[in-house]
Amino acid sequence: MRVMAQMSMIMNLDKCIGCHTCSVTCKQVWTNRTGVEYAWFNNVETRPGIGYPREYENQEKWKGGWVRNKRGRLQLKAGGRLKKLSQIFNNPNLPQIDDYYEPWTYDYDMLTTAPAGTQSPVARPKSLLTGQDMDIKWSGNWDDNLGGSQETAAQDPILATMSEHVKMEFEETFMFYLPRICEHCLNPACVAACPSGAMYKREEDGIVLVDEDGCRGWRMCVSACPYKKVYFNHKTGKAEKCTLCYPLIEQGKPTICSETCVGRLRYLGLMLYDADAVLAAASIENDQDLLDAQRACFLDPFDPEVIAAAKADGMADDWIEAAQNSPIYKLISEYEIALPLHPEYRTMPMVWYIPPLSPVVDVVSNSGSDGEDARTLFAAIDKLRIPVEYLAGLFSAGDVVPVELSLRKLAAMRAYMRDINLGNEPDERIPNAVGMTGETIQAMYRLLAIAKYEDRYVIPKAHVETARELEELGCSLDTDGGPGMGGPGSAGHSGPYGNTVGMPLGATVDNYNTMTGRPSATAPTTPGRVNLLNWNGNGAPQGMFPPIADAGSPA
Amino acid sequence: MTAWDYLLWVAFPYAATGVFVVGHLLRYRYDQFGWTSRSSQTYENRLLRWGSPMFHYGILMVIGGHVVGLFIPKPWLEFFGVTEHMYHLGATWLGSFAAVLTVAGLAILIYRRRLTKRVLLVTTVMDKVMYVFLASTITFGTTATVLYQIFGGGYDYRGSISPWIRSLYSLQPDPSLMSDVPFFFQLHVLTATALFLLWPFTRLVHVFSAPLGYLVRPYVVYRSRDDPRGAGSRAPRRGWEKSERPLERSRK
Repeated sequence: MRVMAQMSMIMNLDKCIGCHTCSVTCKQVWTNRTGVEYAWFNNVETRPGIGYPREYENQEKWKGGWVRNKRGRLQLKAGGRLKKLSQIFNNPNLPQIDDYYEPWTYDYDMLTTAPAGTQSPVARPKSLLTGQDMDIKWSGNWDDNLGGSQETAAQDPILATMSEHVKMEFEETFMFYLPRICEHCLNPACVAACPSGAMYKREEDGIVLVDEDGCRGWRMCVSACPYKKVYFNHKTGKAEKCTLCYPLIEQGKPTICSETCVGRLRYLGLMLYDADAVLAAASIENDQDLLDAQRACFLDPFDPEVIAAAKADGMADDWIEAAQNSPIYKLISEYEIALPLHPEYRTMPMVWYIPPLSPVVDVVSNSGSDGEDARTLFAAIDKLRIPVEYLAGLFSAGDVVPVELSLRKLAAMRAYMRDINLGNEPDERIPNAVGMTGETIQAMYRLLAIAKYEDRYVIPKAHVETARELEELGCSLDTDGGPGMGGPGSAGHSGPYGNTVGMPLGATVDNYNTMTGRPSATAPTTPGRVNLLNWNGNGAPQGMFPPIADAGSPA
Repeated sequence: MTAWDYLLWVAFPYAATGVFVVGHLLRYRYDQFGWTSRSSQTYENRLLRWGSPMFHYGILMVIGGHVVGLFIPKPWLEFFGVTEHMYHLGATWLGSFAAVLTVAGLAILIYRRRLTKRVLLVTTVMDKVMYVFLASTITFGTTATVLYQIFGGGYDYRGSISPWIRSLYSLQPDPSLMSDVPFFFQLHVLTATALFLLWPFTRLVHVFSAPLGYLVRPYVVYRSRDDPRGAGSRAPRRGWEKSERPLERSRK
């Protein structure tokens, strides 16, 4: 047993309103640069829909992920090592930029600089690739809210696998939103496909990253990822991907997509797993057994044997404690309501989803029945094959049983908590019907519906005291050529001579902590006084500025 | 022999070799981030799908042929029973096949680069300069082969050009060997030398990243956060390494 920790995410799809705030904030933080205009490390898809990039789930077309070969061994779907190397001059499975979309901007200048005329000026769309006028025909969420789905949804690869015909008339269909980031898989196909060995899974927290210095732009990771969550930066010629905001995670803070999620539907926490068991689990024969195989890789953080093994592998106590408090462990292993996205790709994804009950509730409510009654809901889950089969196509390789179980638990919670909120006697038969107790239902309700910040995000800080702390400590003479010389690239570094001395800063916890410890006017080094010589603009020295007017007072 | 002979066939090759070696070392040391093939496949694939493999496989064969022809002395091959006639047949036929692949591939690639707007706009000045020297080297080499080897009586470059190159690398340069070489071979050698000089400053550096290690490494790569290559922890700049005992340092 080799105990490893994985920082994982779970998204509660019932709460997603499709506002794209996660996508926008992620883009502002990570991909608002030339070369990755088309890249959305986080995107939100409307399902049914064809997704971003178009039809990314059609692995017969893109050859992403792994397959089990005849000898029962796992191999990349695009082929073995020799075949991949022979295709290095032209990757036959690489999506084109038009499969994502051609990025564009608008000719905004025209709005302010156009000469006066009879017509109002317009800002025409201009391609960011060619600079020419362009017709916008597609984008990252062109079929948002089923827009144009009569035309496109038939290409949804999940619909193609379903036995029942799905009507795409707007009034008769169902829909929900699916926010997607990198899955930070336990068995990542992108890492396995990288010819340069520049992609790696971090030992400490399992985050999958690209070493930008080591990447040589062979593009194999882009096509190997079945979720198409590695992007080729066409300006720098390097691969880029979701980093799970590791600089924030290392400080114990949630990712930017989680932090800004208005529905508070994202959960972050650790999952302990047995790294030695991953390969066997991913190689299991039947696609529909992969979900249970992956669940079996996870370790119980309360098991004394696991704790001992984790400590033997050098895991710190606060990390084990964080794994015990992890909302991910509760949702995946205790309540068993979270499911992985496309386990059949055999990458062992680690961003899981709580399937949405809302398509079912909508149908029940629209038919005039009680959408919060346990028996009605249970019956509807059994009867409404279309949404359930579709969800199974996404989350359990087509096996409806795990999806039904998860939905029934959500339905039970809904009905049981209604009684409590109305002051009725809670009906213990409801939780019993789904194999739970009233107590666990209430705990699950607190985690899913109340969803306190500290319950959603249980993120232990990265440990640096064992690592490079000496290197980062710095020294009062750490200047080029000695004291007073002034170091290069020293912005933001605080030393005894103010902010102009020191070394360039990397994005590390140590630096963050140093920066937050900078002297400021509100926390002066000499109590009661501010030394204006090294005042860095944080806070205001008393008496320097007129008092700020009260917010409520008239201007 | 004139000063020109010494300039062209001694000074220039040595200068190019020096720039080639030192340039690569410096670029590898200081510009890892810029070290990439800078693929434009995401912009255009219809032409690239044919042009790129044709050119690359062709040029690999061409390089192999050059290694055999230039660096392996004639008596060595004869020792293994490769006669002049066999060599000439092999070089001409295999060489022509490789040349057709390479030239056709390169033509497709240049056509694509010039006429696909998206690709043209991401082509740097250095790319263009590199294309000029790469294309002229290949063109002159092919022209020389066609003129002298196929339609001419056959020119034995293994008696002049090859010994000249080996004379350079044995540090006993003999420019006289090159003075009577046919014109297009001379041009081919000069443009090739210029290409080697430019090499470290172009995207051609990706040649030295041929990922052969992929065949033997484990599929999933793990790296620690504390790995000096890891995220947020670039290796300290020279002179800024943390202080540690000499024994620890040597163990790394």
